[in-house]
Amino acid sequence: MHHVIIGAGPAGVVAAETLRKADPSAKITILGKEKEPPYSRMAIPYKLKGKIEEEGMYLRHDTEHFKALDIDIRQVNVDKINSDSKTVDLSDGSQQGYDKLLIATGATPLTPPVKGMELPGVHKSWTMDDMRGIESLATKGAKVVQIGAGFIACTNMEGIVARGVELTIVEMEDRMVPRMMDEIAGNMIKDWCIDQGVNVLTNGMVTSIEESSNGASRYQVTVKQKGAVAAAEPVAEAKESGGILSAIKDALFGGGSAVPETAPVSDEVKLDADLVIVATGVRANTGFLEGTDIAVDQGILINENMETSVADIYAAGDCAQGKDFSTGQQEVHAIQPVAVEHGRFAAQNMLGRSVENPGSLNMNVLDAVGLISCSYGLWMGVEGGDSVKVVEKDMWRYLNLQFDGDVLVGSTAIGTAQHMGAMRGLIQMRVNLGEWKSILMEEPTRVMEAYLALTQSTVIK
Amino acid sequence: MQKSLLIDADKCTGCLQCEMACSVSAEGSFNPSKSRIKIFPFHDEGVFVPYTCTQCDEAWCLHACPVEAIQLNKETGAKEVINDLCVGCKVCTISCPFGTINYNADSGKVIKCDLCGGDPECAKACPTDAITYVDANWTGYDKMKASAAKAIPGQPAS
Ligand SMILES: Cc1cc2nc3c(=O)[nH]c(=O)nc-3n(C[C@H](O)[C@H](O)[C@H](O)COP(=O)(O)OP(=O)(O)OC[C@H]3O[C@@H](n4cnc5c(N)ncnc54)[C@H](O)[C@@H]3O)c2cc1C
Ligand code: SF4
Ligand code: SF4
Repeated sequence: MHHVIIGAGPAGVVAAETLRKADPSAKITILGKEKEPPYSRMAIPYKLKGKIEEEGMYLRHDTEHFKALDIDIRQVNVDKINSDSKTVDLSDGSQQGYDKLLIATGATPLTPPVKGMELPGVHKSWTMDDMRGIESLATKGAKVVQIGAGFIACTNMEGIVARGVELTIVEMEDRMVPRMMDEIAGNMIKDWCIDQGVNVLTNGMVTSIEESSNGASRYQVTVKQKGAVAAAEPVAEAKESGGILSAIKDALFGGGSAVPETAPVSDEVKLDADLVIVATGVRANTGFLEGTDIAVDQGILINENMETSVADIYAAGDCAQGKDFSTGQQEVHAIQPVAVEHGRFAAQNMLGRSVENPGSLNMNVLDAVGLISCSYGLWMGVEGGDSVKVVEKDMWRYLNLQFDGDVLVGSTAIGTAQHMGAMRGLIQMRVNLGEWKSILMEEPTRVMEAYLALTQSTVIK
Repeated sequence: MQKSLLIDADKCTGCLQCEMACSVSAEGSFNPSKSRIKIFPFHDEGVFVPYTCTQCDEAWCLHACPVEAIQLNKETGAKEVINDLCVGCKVCTISCPFGTINYNADSGKVIKCDLCGGDPECAKACPTDAITYVDANWTGYDKMKASAAKAIPGQPAS
């Protein structure tokens, strides 16, 4: 039996290891296009922060790990899958046969249709190479503009800010992390970031990046901002307070004290930048499947057995669109824990064991320059379900619980980093809260107590 | 046979000696907020519940870690955080369905029970034997672990 895996990220590597554990004699090959040993792209912010060296990003630290497991890793791109002959075409011109094939090709960051994306100081933050590019330009005092304030963009922010740069974030939506956090939470995170000295422009769309002639920086980034009038209001105060407000003012008006009090409010903002980081979302890597019968929607469609629409071909991780725990629908999750879960399920099914994936739970944890937040499952709630929230703006705390009947189905928490996992337990075990439902509706912060009382019934009657 | 912490909440008086002992041993200071074991008081019922990592077989924390910073100690069965490798991403803290691995903002890394390498301080400090370290398959956690294992996909750590 020859198992071939495309992609050497977490999904592919965990699948290979799971296969090996169950089948000591199978042939296992990973085909990955990147030149480094298998690494974790989500470790990029921590390398930027200086917490680790490049080796610290590796998925496995023992240099003999894959050799010892007899897992063959080849640095090569897969150009095409020929399911009829059960082969794949490789970038070195050769072909590779397979018995079972796993597609674990991950995703690629989007390139927004903006003038100047090809300039050398414009980087994504996705690969080891991207990271090196950012490292070389994000030096102390450098002016950095990051386009996008989604989840990955925000985790990345931690690494960039730690390098002592002047950071401006431009986000199209009205708040930060709009697809992970509700309005209250997204705005709380935004306010926090502004407090930490990050310049945040929401409702902003970058329209061009151009070489700068003003001498202040390498590039000039033009942003069209909806509702610039409202955003500009604090400028009057900025005269006295300086600090971040004047930074906003600088951002809005293109700089300094030269702006007269009566300056016409423009919805176009010019930002100085030595480095532009593009983090505007990702798309599943499925392009090379064109011309095959493998069904693709947002990602590669897979059933509960991780099978694609073509026999003996499976998919896992960021490239796959599989069952969601909360909705039962096929969704792209694109998070590390799900990539690993997928990899394991795929391997079990490739071994012919028919192990069904009960569905992956959406979960995220974010450290936005020191403010920790997390969200689980249906944080936006369900129709007809109850919900409760506590907002403590001055404490930078927020908790929102979403119920379906007496079952917790989603949550958002800011400012409490203790025992967060218990919410996963309650949601994924579909614990009937019973009388605890009404207690939590009154006092949602007692969620850990509810968890203990309900799951440790042996000790608490 | 590997040993486990056996928790008997009925015996716990809430004296917090375990939290003290744990924080001294693990952090070098009396700081219960950094303890790996926590006492949860249920005031209405007059019950105190000592609570910590069960070193569960599925080790969701270990598998979720993107940089192999949680590893199995084959001798004790503990899932240990390797500080030098931990980047502080917190993915493990939201993956453990028991909520027993936590972020420590001071160190920028996560903390969890490591069974003190096979000689847990909390058990030694507990004056009422509410926490003991025993050769036992049935530690009272089994029921809880089993229900999580059934609901949430996982795999053994070894
Ligand atoms: C900056 C950043 C921060 C992040 N933070 C978090 C976080 O805090 N929490 C979280 O849960 N997730 C986070 N993520 C997301 C997480 O990294 C991904 O979900 C995870 O890497 C997905 O793993 P994967 O194996 O599916 O894909 P990948 O890790 O992308 O691996 C896929 C591999 O396949 C290779 N490949 C693609 N096409 C081909 C081909 N045709 N031939 C050969 N090889 C190919 C790619 O080069 C790549 O190496 C973050 C990501 C980034 C970039
Ligand atoms: S921290 Fe949680 S997931 Fe990790 S071993 Fe302990 S109980 Fe299991
Ligand atoms: S916080 Fe540390 S131990 Fe936890 S997943 Fe991240 S790197 Fe691993």
